Amino acid sequence: MRESASKRWPDRTGHFGPFGGRYVAETLMTALIDLEKAYRKVAGDKRFRAELDGLLREYGGRPTPLYFARRLTEKGKGANIFLKREDLAHTGSHKINNTLGQGLLAGRMGKRRIIAETGAGQHGVATATVCAKMGISCVVYMGSEDIRRQESNVIRMRLLGAEVTPVLSGSRTLKDAMNEALRDWVTNVRSTHYLIGSTAGPHPYPMMVRDFQSVIGKECLRQFRKIGGGVPAAVVACVGGGSNAMGIFTPFLGRKKVRLIGVEAGGLGLATGKHGAPLCRGRVGVLHGSKSFVLQDEDGQIREAHSISAGLDYPGVGPEHAFLKATGRAAYVAVTDREALDGFDLLTRCEGIMPALESSHAVAYGFRLASKMRKSESIIINVSGRGDKDIAIVAESKGIGRVPH
Amino acid sequence: MSRIEQAFARLGKSGEKGLVVYLTAGDPNRRGSLAYLCGAAEGGADILEVGIPFSDPMADGPTIQAAFRRSLAGGMTTGRALSLVSSFRKKHETPVVIFGYYNPFLQYGIRDFCRDARSAGADGILVVDLPPEEGGEMAPEAKRSGLDWIPLVSPTSGGDRVRRAAAVGSGFLYLISVTGITGARKALPPRLPEWTREVKAQSRLPVAVGFGISHPAMAKEAATHADAAVVGSACVRMVERYGTSRQGPVALRRFVQSLKKAMR
Repeated sequence: MRESASKRWPDRTGHFGPFGGRYVAETLMTALIDLEKAYRKVAGDKRFRAELDGLLREYGGRPTPLYFARRLTEKGKGANIFLKREDLAHTGSHKINNTLGQGLLAGRMGKRRIIAETGAGQHGVATATVCAKMGISCVVYMGSEDIRRQESNVIRMRLLGAEVTPVLSGSRTLKDAMNEALRDWVTNVRSTHYLIGSTAGPHPYPMMVRDFQSVIGKECLRQFRKIGGGVPAAVVACVGGGSNAMGIFTPFLGRKKVRLIGVEAGGLGLATGKHGAPLCRGRVGVLHGSKSFVLQDEDGQIREAHSISAGLDYPGVGPEHAFLKATGRAAYVAVTDREALDGFDLLTRCEGIMPALESSHAVAYGFRLASKMRKSESIIINVSGRGDKDIAIVAESKGIGRVPH
Repeated sequence: MSRIEQAFARLGKSGEKGLVVYLTAGDPNRRGSLAYLCGAAEGGADILEVGIPFSDPMADGPTIQAAFRRSLAGGMTTGRALSLVSSFRKKHETPVVIFGYYNPFLQYGIRDFCRDARSAGADGILVVDLPPEEGGEMAPEAKRSGLDWIPLVSPTSGGDRVRRAAAVGSGFLYLISVTGITGARKALPPRLPEWTREVKAQSRLPVAVGFGISHPAMAKEAATHADAAVVGSACVRMVERYGTSRQGPVALRRFVQSLKKAMR
């Protein structure tokens, strides 16, 4: 497939080549069309942009630093490693970029209720935060398995005044939380905005979430140029639904020399079938309103994903990533649970930065890649979130239990 | 004329309202499913809607979600669902509409599925997550195979969308009675008569009203301004309750009779 450089994706019908679209029940179509209109209106509105930029700066803590990881670079003996520090954004991850944008938009649309799905809880916390700030009521759907393994984020959401609704169906993870959020939206579509946290779902979400997250890549371009580096040789980000990756990739898409690499969850290993790597091992299908790569059986039933990180534990992926894979503009690889834990250790011990387990996938692959590259080259790894929420899982994997009384 | 068109023509002549009964293929298991379909047909259902199970039914409530789980756990596949339709067709002439989510059809192959569904004896197809905007991937193939393409319209669809749906569809138009998911409810929305009349005014196709209709009086009321009523979750609940017991299909037949009687 060839990508025409001048064309802006998605097309008018919400497709990225053969991917994307709006595969939803009729009841949601009018809401999606209204949302797209409202979004296109604010996207070209200088006052909206100025308000959002102000919030990102004063409230969200942007720009986040682009940090040169000196010790990590020395250890890798290869390319210079730069870290985009989304972990330092308010609420501890890049998710706030999108929730502030969509929260403002929901306000303009007169919606007084916001619902969201969450896997790791980072998007749920970012949504609950924006709802608290704006005085809008908030319901977050979360799989009961994820509630168990990301307890601290559940507590944060509840403290922020959100109602966290456990989802007990299916694999009890992100996929099922999204089903339940869609069911709520179908029912309350007139009063409610569904604040999707990833570049997945029906059009206009993949486009809108990408646009709100593109601030990550735009800052990187500027910051990297400022230190005299021109452009980096490679940009590495983890991919679950794909929002942090689309956010950092998008401004680099036209700079063809920059390699873009998305790191999926390899789980227990791609060969075991227990992973969350639809771009590496899935087939084209339709899930949650868009056409993309999906983990599924022969009969089109969606398979359960597996990952140590709740945020990557998803059998689908955003349609634009499918498009970037098909056009060859980005490459997608997978990193196992074990390797991700090593990535966590590496960054924690070497730089004193504890990455989220999701981001640890990007760290693990990025470090390996850098060590095979020339010293004159540079790469950027997106540290999409902080790892505090994951310390219990990491401790368990190391056999470091609770301190005995 | 298709079997579905014939059914509505016959109903029109006698001034009767139609009853569409929904059941999930493979629920409670592969063999039991056929007996329930026959029970519904013998009870007087004018059209049967047969659901192909899907792992992630985002437009369905708990009752049909559970039916899909039972069916998939029993080894139901898209191909086996077509065999079931074929077995049913050997016994009854009741029109059959296949209901499902898009991905299983996509994986089967759209052209192959439409052809195989038609040769199994299916008469129409309704894909819940394929609105007119994406329907071009399947509607033409369905029609080429001789299947009616049943579009959905909802209370949130404006007049333009209803006209557009009616223009691409055939057989009948499925009007979703509520903004919501499938599942038995206690009452119909107060504005339903108005919506139904609006949709009827925009459509040359017969209109069947569904979602939430759970007992005979509701079916009668829902069909008053429409051409037919769809009863789904309430029938699926009987399968849930009786399972593989031989009384199940008999109970369903009686329930369908009571629905039909109320609608006369």
